[in-house]
Amino acid sequence: MKALRAQVRDALRPGLRGSAFEGAGARYSWAFLDESAKREIRRRMLKAIAIPGCQVPFGSREMPIARGWGTGGLQLTLALIGPGDVLKVIDQGSDDSVNAVNIKKFVQRVTGVAVTTDTRRATLIQTRHRIPEERLDSGQVLIFQVPIPEPLRLVEPSERETRRMHAEADYSRMWLYLYEDIVRYGEITVGARYPVMVNGRYLMDPSPIPRWDLPRLDRAENLFLFCAGREKRIYAVPPHTAVEPLSFEDFAFRVEDFAGRRCRRCGSSASYLDEVLDDATGGRSWVCSDTSFCEKRRRGAGPAEGERPGGAA
Amino acid sequence: MNPDPLLHVEDLAKRFVCHMQDGKVILGFEGVSFRVREGAALALTGPSGAGKSSVLKCIYRSYLPVQGRIRYRPLEGGEIDLARASETEVLRIRRAEIGYVTQFLSVLPRVPAVDVVAEPLITAGAPPAEARRRARAMLERIGIEPTLWEAFPATFSGGEKQRVNFARAVIRPPRLLLLDEPTASLDRRAMAVVIEVLAEMKARGTTMIAVFHEDSLLDSLMDERYRLPSKEAPP
Amino acid sequence: MTPLLSVRGLTQRYGTGCSACLELTGSRRETNRCPRCGAIVACRQVSFDLFPGEVLGIVGESGSGKSTVVRLLHFDEEPWAGEYRLAAASAADAGGGNLFALSPFARRRIRNEHMGIVYQHPRLGLRMKVSAGGNIAERLLMAGWRHVGRIRERASALLQQTEVPLSRMDEPPRNFSGGMQQRVQIAKALSTRPAVLLLDEVTTGLDVSVQAKVLDLIRSLQRELGIAMLVVSHDLGVIRLLTTRTIVMRYGEIIEEGLSDQILEDPQQPYTQLLVNSVL
Repeated sequence: MKALRAQVRDALRPGLRGSAFEGAGARYSWAFLDESAKREIRRRMLKAIAIPGCQVPFGSREMPIARGWGTGGLQLTLALIGPGDVLKVIDQGSDDSVNAVNIKKFVQRVTGVAVTTDTRRATLIQTRHRIPEERLDSGQVLIFQVPIPEPLRLVEPSERETRRMHAEADYSRMWLYLYEDIVRYGEITVGARYPVMVNGRYLMDPSPIPRWDLPRLDRAENLFLFCAGREKRIYAVPPHTAVEPLSFEDFAFRVEDFAGRRCRRCGSSASYLDEVLDDATGGRSWVCSDTSFCEKRRRGAGPAEGERPGGAA
Repeated sequence: MNPDPLLHVEDLAKRFVCHMQDGKVILGFEGVSFRVREGAALALTGPSGAGKSSVLKCIYRSYLPVQGRIRYRPLEGGEIDLARASETEVLRIRRAEIGYVTQFLSVLPRVPAVDVVAEPLITAGAPPAEARRRARAMLERIGIEPTLWEAFPATFSGGEKQRVNFARAVIRPPRLLLLDEPTASLDRRAMAVVIEVLAEMKARGTTMIAVFHEDSLLDSLMDERYRLPSKEAPP
Repeated sequence: MTPLLSVRGLTQRYGTGCSACLELTGSRRETNRCPRCGAIVACRQVSFDLFPGEVLGIVGESGSGKSTVVRLLHFDEEPWAGEYRLAAASAADAGGGNLFALSPFARRRIRNEHMGIVYQHPRLGLRMKVSAGGNIAERLLMAGWRHVGRIRERASALLQQTEVPLSRMDEPPRNFSGGMQQRVQIAKALSTRPAVLLLDEVTTGLDVSVQAKVLDLIRSLQRELGIAMLVVSHDLGVIRLLTTRTIVMRYGEIIEEGLSDQILEDPQQPYTQLLVNSVL
């Protein structure tokens, strides 16, 4: 908690105008957003942290990238970042995807902060659809880009109705959806965007991370922040908060099973793997989705074996 | 035995206001007063149209009397005026203590005869199997063919319907039994059985108020009779 | 005897309303529309008790307010005035007082735990695209059931009890006939073993032979479970078959109440006499 408080205190410090952002002159504030926008976003973040899993509306700003390309995550990053931060941006586990690289470059340009691909070194990590394989600690914040913040949208189109459902903790419709899934397919077929209960109160959309990552949200050391720029919602999972995937007593929650497959590059059998098709040969192989993790292992610097979610081997 | 009458009817009157016929008033009966001791059998007499059946219906509360009192002494003690008691009270007393046999079958459709007869026992808490066993015994006694036991009484002849009705009313002997021409469409043999059953019930203490034709064998069971006052010309 | 459910002064008004609404409407005025402001007084000063195990009928023509009463008791809408008590709702739940004063959250819990409803239109009571078993499961899930196997056991038992073929348990009710949809509704309503079952014109619109079967089912369930029921119908046949006590409503008001056989054999009010004499 101490680290979290320091984080928030840092975040609430007035912006350091002009210190590193010289190229574009004084036309932009430090970290691009003007101070009032940052303050509003920080206040919303604090509220979201105070009510774990509850969606808090905020005035989503126009950003120099298109809505749907991470504007939510970017706004949180810019509102939270300080000159001493070290930034990492990943897209589905990869540090090198065009989207991740562009966001990283942009933030660096408007703040001058250090960037890294090393999960352990980063203080702020903006992510799309993954949680890094390496365990985060209390000094780190993970910021998710969220396409659809409302977990109940799947079963209820009306915003008014979903708000009522959250207010009354009436989640029977979501449970019914899972029941029907089991009746129809013999198991819960929800892959990404698997609904979770936060702190035993709010149903939350964890963003489209694989089920593999869900156990990492539970009682973590670090703060998780979520933001949907297009839908204008911020929510959070503070450190040490219980996060439980919905499951039935006789249909337990399960993470993806790679059936003993290993990463072609680093040999890991305990990390989330992406399937790769070789265009030339038509052969299939599997590689770690977390590129930084994979790289470290190949250099012999990373953990010997991946850390399986939930601690199970 | 309690010296007070079980039922004390005082100056009872029933008039029907027919709103669909410009408020025309039809007199059912008026000035009816009688007492029935516990365990006694009272015959209501009078010419056809004197309102004998209406008196029974008022006691059962199928009709709302317009005047007078129907003082009844329930098993649990005290006294209740059946003309004015709340519906819930009347229902409770009806279920526990009062039986009513009409000459018309008013039981529920699409229920086999054996279940029609067993229902009062089941309502009173008897196990269904036991209730049906006793219902079959009663149906047998009053001469309903076993082939009809599982059939719907709606398809029965008049006499059969009446016997099913009778069996339903007496399967669980009530404290007070209201009989409205219970033998009207029965042959001599069936009538004899009905009278035998009633005599047994009477011997075990059931109080009865009956309406029947003058020449009925039922006469032999009756201890007293009450002749309804003749009606004055309606206004 | 303590009533299971008790309603006092239940009043519902639609529209802006004025101070004269209650004065200018009702059965004495032969209208439920306020001539001054145009508001509809759907029901007014409705008070009654429902006792444990009792089947109480509410009869009246369309517009008499009988369905409004049911909707209010099921918390489907907010009343304008009135008090509502339910003995089954524990003192902690109900705060010992008027259920209408509770939060929507508390009311929904009480409804799910203690009430079942069967609507005239199955689409109001069922999710037509969700399986029949799922429809029943929803109430159990709401009550905190989290074991698929046990949920399916309970749903099967209920469908069996309401004579829906088990082979159709995982089919959505939109594939079913009207009569079978009503049976699924009944099974759903009974799923959490409620203290009170509200039946709103449950046989209206069904074929006569299907009507008879649904009514027989309700009657046998009543006898087996001893559940208290409020039966709303414009059909005196339904009232005769199911109820022991009856309330007659007109222009939003209770104009007569009594034992059902008395209402049918010796109706007092002109309107009730018309109703009884209009039976085909």
